[in-house]
Amino acid sequence: MARMKFLCDAERCIECNACVTACKNEHEVPWGVNRRRVVTLKDGEPGEKSISVACMHCTDAPCSAVCPVDCFYTTADGIVLHDKNLCIGCGYCFYACPFGAPQYPQQSAFGVRGKMDKCTFCAGGPDADGSAEERTKYGANRIAEGKLPLCAEMCSTKALLAGDGDTVSEIYRERVLRRGGRPQTWGWDKAYGAS
Amino acid sequence: MKKINRRPTAGWRDRGKRWLAWPLMGLLAILLLMPVAVHWLSEPAQAQASSQTQEGSNERANYWRAVRDGVSGYTAVQGRETNVLIQNGGENWRSLRQGPIQFYSAWLLAFVIFAAGLMHIINGPQKIEKGRSGLLIPRWNLFERVLHWYVAVLFIVLALTGLSLLYGREVMIPLLGKSGFAAYAGYAKNAHNYLGPFFVVGMLLMIAIWLKFNMPIKADWEWIKSAGGMWGKKHPPAGKSNAGEKLMYWQFVVTGSALIATGLILDFPNFGQTREMMQWSHVIHVVAAVIAIVTLLGHAYMALFGVEGALEGMINGKVDVEWAKQHHDLWYEEEIAKGVRPEPVAKPPAVTRRAEPQST
Repeated sequence: MARMKFLCDAERCIECNACVTACKNEHEVPWGVNRRRVVTLKDGEPGEKSISVACMHCTDAPCSAVCPVDCFYTTADGIVLHDKNLCIGCGYCFYACPFGAPQYPQQSAFGVRGKMDKCTFCAGGPDADGSAEERTKYGANRIAEGKLPLCAEMCSTKALLAGDGDTVSEIYRERVLRRGGRPQTWGWDKAYGAS
Repeated sequence: MKKINRRPTAGWRDRGKRWLAWPLMGLLAILLLMPVAVHWLSEPAQAQASSQTQEGSNERANYWRAVRDGVSGYTAVQGRETNVLIQNGGENWRSLRQGPIQFYSAWLLAFVIFAAGLMHIINGPQKIEKGRSGLLIPRWNLFERVLHWYVAVLFIVLALTGLSLLYGREVMIPLLGKSGFAAYAGYAKNAHNYLGPFFVVGMLLMIAIWLKFNMPIKADWEWIKSAGGMWGKKHPPAGKSNAGEKLMYWQFVVTGSALIATGLILDFPNFGQTREMMQWSHVIHVVAAVIAIVTLLGHAYMALFGVEGALEGMINGKVDVEWAKQHHDLWYEEEIAKGVRPEPVAKPPAVTRRAEPQST
């Protein structure tokens, strides 16, 4: 079985934000919610690097561990999903996540947040694959159609890689071998442990 | 003139009293340093990283180390902290919450319930020793009673809903199932968030109006030494509030203010608090809440089962004179000195009952 992972190659990302736009469009994510974002470090200075970040689908997911209603589950492909029928919008997953992945449609007085929304690795949710209910709650389910996440699929420089962890790291390893320098599997130690 | 001016300074310079200044200053220093200490606890990782950055020769490694330590950049996505790639505080928060907080809180709550039960079995309830006199003396006025039950009801609701979020996953999901518990937890969360501000008002008002008789007096030490009359035959002296009640009051001043401050931070995410602030607020909120709950369990035990005649004061507003003499002798004497005259228990029910039509 595959173990799905994201990898963003900081040497290739050009901060075009196409992944962000593709994600918003594919899943029709409401205004104010961004499942994916691009962060540029040292913007305009020597050593500028950009990274596209979303839910990393952690091995030992902190969101899942702290959720008081236990609404998270990990699929056989290692994708961390959640059930919006159970979510109470308490914000705990947002406190726990190191990547700032959990998003809320609201952030208003008296802790009103609405149901949490986050990157699904384009794998929908617990509702029936491809159903209208799944689409309105979680967006498209590309994985069920045999496709990979759209953000990575349409990345113009192929900086963002998504897919089975072994394949992704093999592609990245070859790249580093060709271009020289050292590998930088950003966020991997945090999300997937030391392995 | 001169004498009046010199007296306080002379007293201050006096060796005998000078030592008092040190514990007071120490206390002040601790209070002032508390927020700083909280900050230090979250600091070591960053401090370590910056020292490595200076010493290390590998610029590239330092670059990514800074990212792991939460350095911020630029992002087109609007929102609070969206420009931070990694925020590590959540892991501290998670390990504190899932670790010591959940573990020790559960044991503390269990211990207090067990201890109250054990005390009840061994000591039994404290009876009114000389029996009821039939004379009543006013203790709590209507406003105080309404305020007390207003705060009490809100506290119970807030405590139960709060504990539901802390232990619901372990305790209630096996009973209700995931969807059952999620439905309840949704209401619990809303109840907690909307009722919290009402509790703030009651709590602050209560602290304000009951301050005057909760200032420590000399006799309190005697009360503490005999544990409220549990050790030794003689009942220790007490004013309107005994030393135990005063300790509860001051415990509430501390935990109540902590709960209010952190609760408001957590309840209004619209002001754009950082995650770090939310995480630490949450930790302080839970710790303060558990201390308050444990204290209130003791208080509720005393009022409901532990001390005969105590609950009446908070329901009818009046207490039996013998109860007052036994538990709050100094207060009783004060009231009598003020000219308050105990009144006999009214007995109209016997008459009205006879007048009611009897069913055959």
